Amino acid sequence: MALTDIRKARQDGELKPSGPTRFLRQWDIQLMVLPGLIFLLVFSYIPMYGVLMAFQDYSLFKGFFGSPWVGFKHFEMFFGAPEFWTVIRNTVVISMLKLLIGFPAPILLALMLNEIRGRVFKRTIQTISYLPHFLSWVIVSGLVASLLSTENGSLNMLLQRLDLIGEPINFLSLPEYFWSILVVTDVWKEIGFSSIVYLAAIAGVDPHLHEAAAVDGASRLRQMFSITLPAILPVIVVFLILAIGNLLNAGFENILLLASNPVLRDVSDVLDTYVYRIGIQNSRYSYATAAGLFKALISVGLLVAANQLARRSGNSLW
Amino acid sequence: MLKLTAGDRALLAVIYALLAALGFAAFYPFWNAAVISFNEGIDTVKGGVTFWPREFTLANYRIVFEDARLVNAFLISILRTAVGTFCGMLATAIFAYGMTRRELIGRKYYMVFCIVTMYFSGGLIPSFLLIRELGMFNSFWVMVVPGLISVWDMIIFRTFFLGLPPGLEESAKVDGSSNWGVLFRIVLPLSGPVIATLSLFTAVYHWNDWFTPSIYISNADLLPIQTKLQQILNSNIMSEQMSQLNSAAQGRLNKMRTVTTKSLSMATMMVATLPILCVYPFVQKYFVKGVLVGSLKE
Repeated sequence: MALTDIRKARQDGELKPSGPTRFLRQWDIQLMVLPGLIFLLVFSYIPMYGVLMAFQDYSLFKGFFGSPWVGFKHFEMFFGAPEFWTVIRNTVVISMLKLLIGFPAPILLALMLNEIRGRVFKRTIQTISYLPHFLSWVIVSGLVASLLSTENGSLNMLLQRLDLIGEPINFLSLPEYFWSILVVTDVWKEIGFSSIVYLAAIAGVDPHLHEAAAVDGASRLRQMFSITLPAILPVIVVFLILAIGNLLNAGFENILLLASNPVLRDVSDVLDTYVYRIGIQNSRYSYATAAGLFKALISVGLLVAANQLARRSGNSLW
Repeated sequence: MLKLTAGDRALLAVIYALLAALGFAAFYPFWNAAVISFNEGIDTVKGGVTFWPREFTLANYRIVFEDARLVNAFLISILRTAVGTFCGMLATAIFAYGMTRRELIGRKYYMVFCIVTMYFSGGLIPSFLLIRELGMFNSFWVMVVPGLISVWDMIIFRTFFLGLPPGLEESAKVDGSSNWGVLFRIVLPLSGPVIATLSLFTAVYHWNDWFTPSIYISNADLLPIQTKLQQILNSNIMSEQMSQLNSAAQGRLNKMRTVTTKSLSMATMMVATLPILCVYPFVQKYFVKGVLVGSLKE
């Protein structure tokens, strides 16, 4: 059937063009999306499928399709490995510390910034505190190393000036300081930037609520915690769920860069750095993929669980 | 406004003090590093250099800029950022515009196809092996191509495009514009703010990313400045580097003998951060907007 016939039939309301014809007729729009879809197929879906190599003895020479299947061998090896519990402990501890300290910090900052009436002061603090977010982790690790250095490191100089220590401490080579350094650098880098969403949420709170509370004699502190905070709770819950979904990420780049000293391995090895070290540096691809898949499964579980909890308590919260 | 009680005033004083302390803590590390980069390296070792250089010098910077390999890395970073941001924005915007068209056959399935990739990924090792299979090791394009399309940015673009007045597109169509013509002559010129915001974040990503090149590129001439800097900081390559400098710089170095590993790394760090510091003040209003667009989607 010729195109003109179809058009005529369509005008008469007799015939809708068939799927393939319609598809071909909108080739120009399809051409806009198909390259993008192919891109995702190659760079997202193929690696997703490639995760199956966790159940193989993958070798570079045999390739994905030639390597033998070995079932759960690598998972069993991972769970039985002597470093397994160290890695799990570090991942959990570092993640929890970051959640407990790193999550509320920007909320507190936003609450405090909201109390400031002087515009210049407020803008200055905002501008300065957003900046670290835009620095790369390489730069941040360099700044940390410089501040904590034993040669002209500002922290050591300050502690010595205050007579708290006699000799400079080499903070970055002592395991007992490592977790604190990680959490502080993480908060330092992200506190300002993360506060932006909370500030925006606070700006949307009805000012009448504050006025009414003030008439009733509520202090500013009381208003912060009894009006502002509950008003932005929905936003906080959404970000908490996301944070829990990301819990096991534990700050891959940060750890990789700050823990170059092998002395720190006992406290610094987390799932992500372990996968990197075993997979990329030692080329044990299947084993590392198994460890990575284990982490991904737990992350999805955490995300789903957090979401369920939020939904269940949903009505009582707001 | 109601009068402040004594308690409120005390609270405000505490808040001002805390915020000032935070502002100082956020700024000092960077300021101190800048000061050290302008101070004579030998002098810095003696300690006590905090807020202001004691022995001001430009020697550290001179050596950094005379090191051909660092300059090369800097140029690679600029090239990567420019090409990666431009190509990425173009590809993502075209993709997003196609996804706004209601008559697009398969639109719903395409969208699901996209969103799945936001929640699941193959992880580090399968992606690493894929790049290897594609023969992209030691290629400039490994820093550009795998990040070309971000589903996240696509959705933000799409939301913005859908908010444009539909009459504009229709009238252009009546005037005989093709779909591609509408995209490039009507839609994109109207999308300045969203392009600016997303370009900023994409450019910052490209400038700051040191990890991708560190696992895919071994050819030292292709490494961007951040990866180079990471190597310098990490293994004190700097001392080795000082002995490998070209002879002119070596001669000057011997004459001065005032720089140290630390003063040189600080100067390199400042150079690697400079572009971000330069654009930062101008784009602040955009990124605040961008974060909010992003979080609304969440």
